[in-house]
Amino acid sequence: MESRTTGSLLRIWSILVVLFLYVPLAVIVLYAFNRSNVQTWPIEHFSTRWFSVAWHDQEVRDAFVLSFKVACAATAVALVLGTAASFAVARYRFFGVNSVSFLVVIPIALPGVITGIALQSSFAVAGIPFSLWTIMIGHATFCIVIVFNNVIARLRRMQPSIEDASMDLGANGLQTFRYVLFPELRSALVAGGLLAFALSWDEVIVTIFTAGGNTTIPIWIWTGLRTGGSGSEINVVAAVVVVLSIVPVYCAQRLTTGTGDGRAAAEDVGTLAAVGGAQSSGA
Amino acid sequence: MTKAESPLTRLSAFFFRHRGLKLVLLLAVPLAWLIGVYLASLGSLLVQSFWRADELSPNPVHVWNLDNYREFLTGDSVYRSIVARTIGFAAITTLVDIVLAFPLAYYLTRVARPRTRRLMLVLITVPLFSSLIVRLYSVRLILDDGGILHSLLATFGLNVQIGFTELAMAIAFAYVWLPFMILPVYAALERVPGSLIEASRDLGAKGSTTFRTVVLPLAFPGVVAGSIFTFSLTLGDFITPAIVGGDNHQLIGSVVYSNFGIANNAPFAAAFATVPLVIMAVYLLAARRLGAFDHL
Repeated sequence: MESRTTGSLLRIWSILVVLFLYVPLAVIVLYAFNRSNVQTWPIEHFSTRWFSVAWHDQEVRDAFVLSFKVACAATAVALVLGTAASFAVARYRFFGVNSVSFLVVIPIALPGVITGIALQSSFAVAGIPFSLWTIMIGHATFCIVIVFNNVIARLRRMQPSIEDASMDLGANGLQTFRYVLFPELRSALVAGGLLAFALSWDEVIVTIFTAGGNTTIPIWIWTGLRTGGSGSEINVVAAVVVVLSIVPVYCAQRLTTGTGDGRAAAEDVGTLAAVGGAQSSGA
Repeated sequence: MTKAESPLTRLSAFFFRHRGLKLVLLLAVPLAWLIGVYLASLGSLLVQSFWRADELSPNPVHVWNLDNYREFLTGDSVYRSIVARTIGFAAITTLVDIVLAFPLAYYLTRVARPRTRRLMLVLITVPLFSSLIVRLYSVRLILDDGGILHSLLATFGLNVQIGFTELAMAIAFAYVWLPFMILPVYAALERVPGSLIEASRDLGAKGSTTFRTVVLPLAFPGVVAGSIFTFSLTLGDFITPAIVGGDNHQLIGSVVYSNFGIANNAPFAAAFATVPLVIMAVYLLAARRLGAFDHL
């Protein structure tokens, strides 16, 4: 379709851009193996000593555990709320249906700093002490849209009539959900959940405001960088965070785009495009 | 109607007849959460912006006034230059990302094989969900004195400082927001029917003419959608200036962050936080005026 030269130029450009995305991530992994505690290039000696330092650091361990708990709780809440909202919007016509889609998107469309200060001052006014739960509330709020978009895209591709058919055949609502809807929705739910998990796992801006004195992994890195903590240990933790966040996103992508048909890929990109679209319709 | 056999069946039948009730149940908790927790917080933030900070206590004095807005609109000019700098960074980031993203998105839709396309889409999406702070830190490691880029340039006899400069911030912004530009542009290009391009060619248009008159106008909404991300993300960011820019290049987000926390002036932070909101509202209205959303 395109001329040969144009095609090759485009290919080279694309590969360079994707490399641009990945070189810094590769660099952080390399630095994690830097034996020296001075971060200069080229790295002279490689070792795994800082891995062992980080592994035995109780603060790092606690931060990992907290991040994990927060991400699990936020994902669970986002799954329930996002699925319920997507059913309402996809299967019912009611006054304000567009406002619901818009409402779901606002937390991720507004700059994180606004969400952060808004939640922090509300927690302070309401006298809620900062804890795992305040962090979770912030994360769940902006994770809802991820599940919502994944599930609604799937629901829109399904025939609503299969639900009626199931009911006509005598299944009750629970059975219809269990045997008819859930198998169809499963991969969308898993993908949405994985992406929500990854988003919560890495989130730093809102967390800075809702964590109080609690330390998640991104907060630990942020504090370390701000206060000149051990660069070598930060390298190791950063590398592990990157590798761990790649896993859920990669799985989610395979689940939604790996089915072979082209429209599934579009559905996935839709998660992001929908954010843009909803933002624009809100103006 | 089905014969009610078990309570569950009866319940299902009940909900089938009362669809409205089922809708209320589906919407109750999500709406309670988003309105009760989130919108209420935003509302109270707006209210706070009209109060006055109390130097002696963490709680603002509840005196209604416009001083916080006056402070940055007509007061110290440093706030206006920070707004201008932030918009400048947002604009440069957007342009750089469009240049980087467009050929890639075009390649994915019109040249790449389906397998390659899927793989590259996954590769582009992964950084979107990887830690912002880690990605910024790695940019800093590369750009700092003694980092890879600095050392590489030094071997060519170029001894330039990049770390903690405005250039470093621009590179960092372009880097972290790039996937947010690629994906909407890709989504828009994917919706351009191949038949339109063939038709243009059949009618005798050169490749460049087809690109300018067919592809570009149809891809424009995607570019605008991407620019909404890059703009909005830059306008609220305080992490990038803090990690990559040092303390000399404050942006809107940095001012909000430091006033809210360290300076203990939450009302001013709340007022200043409306600046990115107003800028984005104007931006979106302008984009709509340009007809950018007609095709979305």
